[in-house]
Amino acid sequence: MTKGQAPTPYSGSREDIVTGQESKQEPQQTPSTPRQVKFYQTGSFAVGGRLLDAPERTVQSGIKRTNSLTLGHRACQGCGEALGARYALDAAMRATENKIVAANATGCLEVFTTPYPETSWQIPWIHSVFGNAAAVGSGIAAALRAKGRDDIRVVAQAGDGGTVDIGIGCLSGMFERNDDVLFICYDNEAYMNTGVQRSGSTPPAARTATTEAIGRQPGNQWGQGKKMPLIAMAHEIPYVATATVAELHDLEYKIEKAMSFRGARYVHILVPCPLGWGSEPANTIKIARLAKETGIFPVFEAEYGEVTGVSKIRSKVPVEEYLLLQKRYAHLFRPSRQDEVINKIQEEADRNVRRFGLLGEDGMVQPSDTDKGISAHLGGKVG
Amino acid sequence: MLEQLEGSKAVARAVAMCRPEVICAYPISPQTHIVEALGAMVKDTTLEHCEFINVESEFGAMSVLIGASATGARSYTATSSQGLLFMTEAVYNAAGLGLPMVMTLANRAIGAPINIWNDYSDAMAVRDSGWIQLFAESNQAAVDLHIQAFHLSEEISLPVMVCMDGYVLTHAIEPLDVPDQELVDKYLPPFIPRQLLDPEDPVSIGAMVGPDAFTEVRYLAHAKQLKALQKIPEISTEFERLSGRKSGGLVRTYRAEEADTIVIGMGSVVGAIEDAVDDLRDSGISIGAISITTFRPFPLDALREAVGNPKRVVIVDRAFSVGMGSILATDVALALAHNDIRLYTVVAGLGGRAVTGISLKQCLSKAVKDDLEKLTFLDLDVDVVERELTRMEQSKRSGPSAENILRDLGTTTPETEGQL
Ligand SMILES: Cc1ncc(C[n+]2csc(CCOP(=O)(O)OP(=O)(O)O)c2C)c(N)n1
Ligand code: SF4
Ligand SMILES: [Mg+2]
Repeated sequence: MTKGQAPTPYSGSREDIVTGQESKQEPQQTPSTPRQVKFYQTGSFAVGGRLLDAPERTVQSGIKRTNSLTLGHRACQGCGEALGARYALDAAMRATENKIVAANATGCLEVFTTPYPETSWQIPWIHSVFGNAAAVGSGIAAALRAKGRDDIRVVAQAGDGGTVDIGIGCLSGMFERNDDVLFICYDNEAYMNTGVQRSGSTPPAARTATTEAIGRQPGNQWGQGKKMPLIAMAHEIPYVATATVAELHDLEYKIEKAMSFRGARYVHILVPCPLGWGSEPANTIKIARLAKETGIFPVFEAEYGEVTGVSKIRSKVPVEEYLLLQKRYAHLFRPSRQDEVINKIQEEADRNVRRFGLLGEDGMVQPSDTDKGISAHLGGKVG
Repeated sequence: MLEQLEGSKAVARAVAMCRPEVICAYPISPQTHIVEALGAMVKDTTLEHCEFINVESEFGAMSVLIGASATGARSYTATSSQGLLFMTEAVYNAAGLGLPMVMTLANRAIGAPINIWNDYSDAMAVRDSGWIQLFAESNQAAVDLHIQAFHLSEEISLPVMVCMDGYVLTHAIEPLDVPDQELVDKYLPPFIPRQLLDPEDPVSIGAMVGPDAFTEVRYLAHAKQLKALQKIPEISTEFERLSGRKSGGLVRTYRAEEADTIVIGMGSVVGAIEDAVDDLRDSGISIGAISITTFRPFPLDALREAVGNPKRVVIVDRAFSVGMGSILATDVALALAHNDIRLYTVVAGLGGRAVTGISLKQCLSKAVKDDLEKLTFLDLDVDVVERELTRMEQSKRSGPSAENILRDLGTTTPETEGQL
C-alpha cells in the first residue's frame, strides 16, 4: 500500500478493525482466507501503521523502538497508562537521541514499574513524592543548565491526581517559570493507585470509590472538576496538547513536537483504566477512540495559549456507545435508563464539539508527503 | 580577615564560596536575607555557573533540590519554621533517597500562635527525617559549619541542615571572618554523586520498597548517620588545619572537667550559659557547660564522655514536645542512662523570649542545690496561665486562649484588636 491513497473515513463499526499484528509492510493475503485490510488503518489511527512506508510508521512499530518502559512491570492487563507512557517516552527518546531524564510522581505508573529492586525503566528515572514531579523536573533542568548540558532533556510525569490536584502547585510554578520540562499527565480520571477514588479529573456521573453509584445522584457530582489543558494554556507556555492512546501517530507526533520547543510544555493523555473504569482490557484502545469520537475528550494542540490544531471527529458517535463499555457508568443504564444524565453528558460532549470545532470538512486524514504528515489531520484551525 | 557583617550576609558569602550550582528557596522570615544575598550574587555573576530559582512554595524548593542533587548539582536552600513544615514530605524524601544538599534553617517557632521569633520547634519537628542537624552557637560557627556541611553532605551522601538562631544570629551584625575562596576550594573536594540521573548509564532512583527490604534500606540510612559521627570530627579537624579556627565537631565542653553540675545547651543560648557558668564559678560553685553542635546523628558516646561524672545535669532546651517535655533532655537521658546523675530540664526562650542572664543564673543556682523542678519553663508567667485555666473551667466557650492572654497582659484591648 502506498501513501497518497485516500483513506476510507471511519465507518463506525469498530469491531472489525485489523490491528496489524505482523510487522510486515504489505498485508498478508492467503488464498484461502482473503483478509480485508481497511485503508483506514494506514491513515494514522491503528497500531503503529505498519502498512505505511517506513518514515511514516510510528516509533512503536519499528524495530528501533527503545522500550523506555520495558517488560516485567506489574500493570493490569490492558492498562492505558502503561501503554501511553511507553509510547510517549519512546517518542521523547527518539526526539532527543535517547537523552532524556524522567521524574515521576507517585501513582500507578510509579508503583507498577519499580517493585524494588526491579525496574522496568531503561531511562534515568527518579520518583520523589506524589505532588512534586514538576518541581523535581525543574530541579533536573536547573542542574543541567548549570552544567551546560542542553542536549539532555527532561520529562516529568504523573497521573491525573498527581497533576490536577496535589501536583498543581508545583506544576503551575514550573509552567510560570517556563522551565525546560515536558510534563505528561496520564489521565485515567481517578486516583487509581489507591483504589479508584475521585480526583479533580473524574467526569460527572462516574462511579468511583468515593462517589459511589448510590443515593439520589449516583456517581460523581456535576459542576465540578477542572480542565488541566486549558489551565496549562492559561500560562501561555510554548506548547500544550491532548492525546489518547488510541491514536498512536498523533500521540507520538505531539511528543516529538513538544520536544522541538524549549521551555515548559504539557501533554495530557487520556489513558483508559480497565480496573477503575470497569472495562474489558481488550477495549482500552476502543474506549480511548470513542472518547475522542464522541467529543467527550477533545484532542487538540495549542501554542503560547492559542489553539493551533484540533483532531477532527471522523464520524460522530453518541456518548452512549462510550458509556456502555464502562461499568463506572452502569448505573446510567441499569436498573433503569437515566436519560436525563445521559443527555447531559451528550450536551457536554456537544459543547466540546462546538467549542473546539471538532467537526468539519477536514475531518478526514490526509496523508501528506512529509514524515510528519500524520499531523495533517490536525490542520483544522479553531476560530 | 575580620569584617563587620550581618550573620545572614556572612552565611550567604560562605555558601557562595562553596560554589553551589542550584539554589532554590521560598521567602520566610528570618531566612530571607541569606537567600536575597545569594540571589544578588547569582544575578551580578559574582556567583557563576549557578541557577537561582524562585519557586511557588517550600515544597517546590525542596523538590527542585531533589531533582538538582540527583542530577549531580551542588544544591542549597534555606528556610524556617512554617516553611520547613510545608516542605516536610520532601525533606524526608531527600534524606530517604540519600541526596546530598545543604539547608540553612534559620530557627523560628512554629504556630499557632504564629510567631516569627526564635526557638527550635522547627528543627525538632524534622529531627527524625534522616537529615544531619548541626547547630551554630555563633555567626562565626554558622559560617564555618556551612562550609563543613557541604563537605560532610557529599562525603556521606546525606542532606545536612545547619541550624542558626533566627534574628539572634541571622540579623546580628558582628566582626566575622569568611574564609577566602582559595581556602574553600582547597577544603571542599568536587562533588562526585553516588547516584546520578545520567542517560549514559540509566538508573532508577526512588523505587517502591516492600517489607522484604525496607528494614535494610532504613538501617543503611542509620549506618550512614553513624558514619557521620566519625566523619564530623575529621572534617572539623581538617577545617581547623586550613583556617586555624576550631569549629564544628560533635560536642564542645566549657569548664566542664570535674564539675558537679553540667549545663547542656545548643545554639546561641550556649553563650548565655557560659556567662552564667563564669559567674557561678566566681562564687565558688563547681559548674561547667557542654554545647551540642551535632544533634543528628546524636553523639551518645561523645556526650557521655564529655559529661563525665557530675552530680547533676541541667538541660536548657529551646523547644519541647507537648505532653512530654524536653526533646533534647530525652536524648541526653539516653546517653547518660547508666550513670547515677540527677537530670533537670529548663525549657527556655520559646518564640523569641530572651533567655536573660539573671533568670538563667537564678535557675542554675537552684539546680546546684537540687532545689529545681524536674521540668521548668523559664520565666513562665504562672498567673496568666492560671487565669486562662480558670476561664476554661468556668465557661465552655471561653474563646481563643492566645487573645485572652494578650488581653490579660494588656497587650491588646477590645478597641485595639482590629489593628493587630
Ligand atoms: C501526599 C500523599 N497523599 C496521598 C498519597 C496516596 N496516593 C498515592 S498514589 C495516589 C493516587 C494516584 O492517582 P493519580 O495521580 O491519578 O495516578 P494513578 O494511580 O491514577 O495513575 C494516592 C492518593 C501519597 N502517596 N502521598
Ligand atoms: S489500576 Fe488502572 S492505571 Fe493502575 S495499573 Fe491497573 S489499569 Fe493501569
Ligand atoms: Mg489517575
